[in-house]
Amino acid sequence: MLCGHQEAGADATVVGSNVRRLRAPDRKGQYAKLGGKVSVSISNSAIATDRTPAIPARKVKILSRRRRKIQDALIAYSFIAPNFIGFAVFTLGPILFAFVLAFMHWDGSNAITFAGLDNFWRLFEDKAFISAFWNTVIYTVVSVPATLACALGLAILLNQKIFGRDFFRTAMFFPYVASLVAVAVVWNMIFNPEMGPVNMILYTLGVDPKDMPGWAADRHWAMVTVILFGIWKNMGYYMVIYLAGLQGINSELYEAADLDGANSWQKFLYVTVPQLGPTTFFVTVMLTIQSFKVFDQIYMITQGGPGTSTLVLVYHIYNEAFISWDLGYSSMVALVLFFLVLAVTIVQFRRQRED
Amino acid sequence: MRIAGRRITAKTVAIYALVIAITVVMLMPFAWMLSASLKLSRDVFVFPIEWIPSEPRWQNYVDIWTKIPLALFIYNTSKLTIIVTVLQLLTSSFAAYAFAKLNFPYKNALFLGYIATIAMPWQVYMVPQFLLMREFGLNNTHLALICLQAFTAFGVFLMRQFYMSIPTELCEAARIDGMNEYQIWASIMLPLSKPALSTLTIFTFVTTWNDFLGPMIYLTKTELKTIQIGLRMFIAQYSAEYGLIMAASVVALIPVLIVFLSLQRFFVEGVASTGLKG
Repeated sequence: MLCGHQEAGADATVVGSNVRRLRAPDRKGQYAKLGGKVSVSISNSAIATDRTPAIPARKVKILSRRRRKIQDALIAYSFIAPNFIGFAVFTLGPILFAFVLAFMHWDGSNAITFAGLDNFWRLFEDKAFISAFWNTVIYTVVSVPATLACALGLAILLNQKIFGRDFFRTAMFFPYVASLVAVAVVWNMIFNPEMGPVNMILYTLGVDPKDMPGWAADRHWAMVTVILFGIWKNMGYYMVIYLAGLQGINSELYEAADLDGANSWQKFLYVTVPQLGPTTFFVTVMLTIQSFKVFDQIYMITQGGPGTSTLVLVYHIYNEAFISWDLGYSSMVALVLFFLVLAVTIVQFRRQRED
Repeated sequence: MRIAGRRITAKTVAIYALVIAITVVMLMPFAWMLSASLKLSRDVFVFPIEWIPSEPRWQNYVDIWTKIPLALFIYNTSKLTIIVTVLQLLTSSFAAYAFAKLNFPYKNALFLGYIATIAMPWQVYMVPQFLLMREFGLNNTHLALICLQAFTAFGVFLMRQFYMSIPTELCEAARIDGMNEYQIWASIMLPLSKPALSTLTIFTFVTTWNDFLGPMIYLTKTELKTIQIGLRMFIAQYSAEYGLIMAASVVALIPVLIVFLSLQRFFVEGVASTGLKG
């Protein structure tokens, strides 16, 4: 089988070079000539593999070296092809198409028309987009530091030698892998404004029913509800990354700090935090990108409401594409998301280069 | 204070109290879910909470299988998850071997194609991707979701990073012994890359099992739905049947719980290693 590859590869290049050489007006003649040359080249290569002394040794060497290279390349491509073809068709293609579509008008069934910058200017007039943009920013600005702090705290707590440590770590991590729909529906029930246990507990603690938060149903509390859910669900994941970071810190640093008479807080501030710098940076980038593309939990908990109080960018993309079928405009909103993520990624690359 | 001959300091007590308190908060929703799944809908919100129902209503767990095609949803999700995971593992490790250990023209350019999209959120190109699938006649098929999730840049990147850490001399020695590249991949690289493979298995399993937006866009026929959107449909249909909804949610969680607990050790290692390598 490999041999077959090799022959085909070698001959293909010969044919290729002939095609390039023969760009004359008379096509019929070309193909006739081409056919002749191909057969010659095949016989040549057959001779070459047999190492018949009729061909000078040097030529054989060059031929076989080149053929070996081609053969190696073909083997390598055969490894890549199964994944790359799928990846190119279903990921790269659509990505390129997204950039084109952003400058088009299309409802998915009628003819596609060029829109120029129409979709871009529409962003500034679209009130839903503007609130989606700011809600995404607010979600990110609040949930990234909060999740980060919780994850770091948990990691430090569970990095100590305590009884049942593995159980506690697993318990913290479990919300991250739990099915979102299942946990979101529980969350909605627990935070139900009228009957949910959270408000019941607040009531027994003496909170006036009039001041009771309406959680997902309340314009001012909906974002809080969604953010709390995100922190609860995701912090276990980042805790594990921090645990790995903590285990990478050289224990001699703590011993040296002990000798200098540092207390726990000082050790945290002057040894742990600086040593965790790369981890913190990585976690921040990951969390920021995650926050920019938040959707599922909002769809399940608040449906973007009340009003537009929890509408976020991906939700807007979804609405514009699959509810309004305004495909061009939804791609323009998607590009905004893309550039937000790109900005964060560039910062990450810069930072990595500095390190 | 001394317990069982050991000195217990105030600090230790505080740490345990804190850890237990946080764990209780983290697991509370699950406990509440389990407890509510054994109650009549009208008893779910009774306060103070009766954590262990005096008359557990096991009937809820019988009714859910007939009220919605839950078994079919679980079958659909398992089918999708298994196919996607197997394809992902095979094609990624295959491609990663070439990127890590072989030389060929345009290697860097092709790899750049993967790298450039690794941070690209799927949501940016989900619309054109949907249009493409529709053009292929794949909407409302499971094949669409398989194509969408089986060939990821993440898988190739993860496996390539791992293969880079395996010494190239090993491959060269095998080549001298007369092995071809496919044999080297199958009998040397694959067995050595178990940690990376299990990490990728868990990640792919969890993302495919829990995927929500993908099935929501592609699958509108009830008989094709996955457990996530099936559960969502159930919630919309029987919004007041709290006991049943909770029972269905518990059932939806169980497969992930089993996979997670059995592979938990690899999971933690996997997250930690990919986290550090970025």
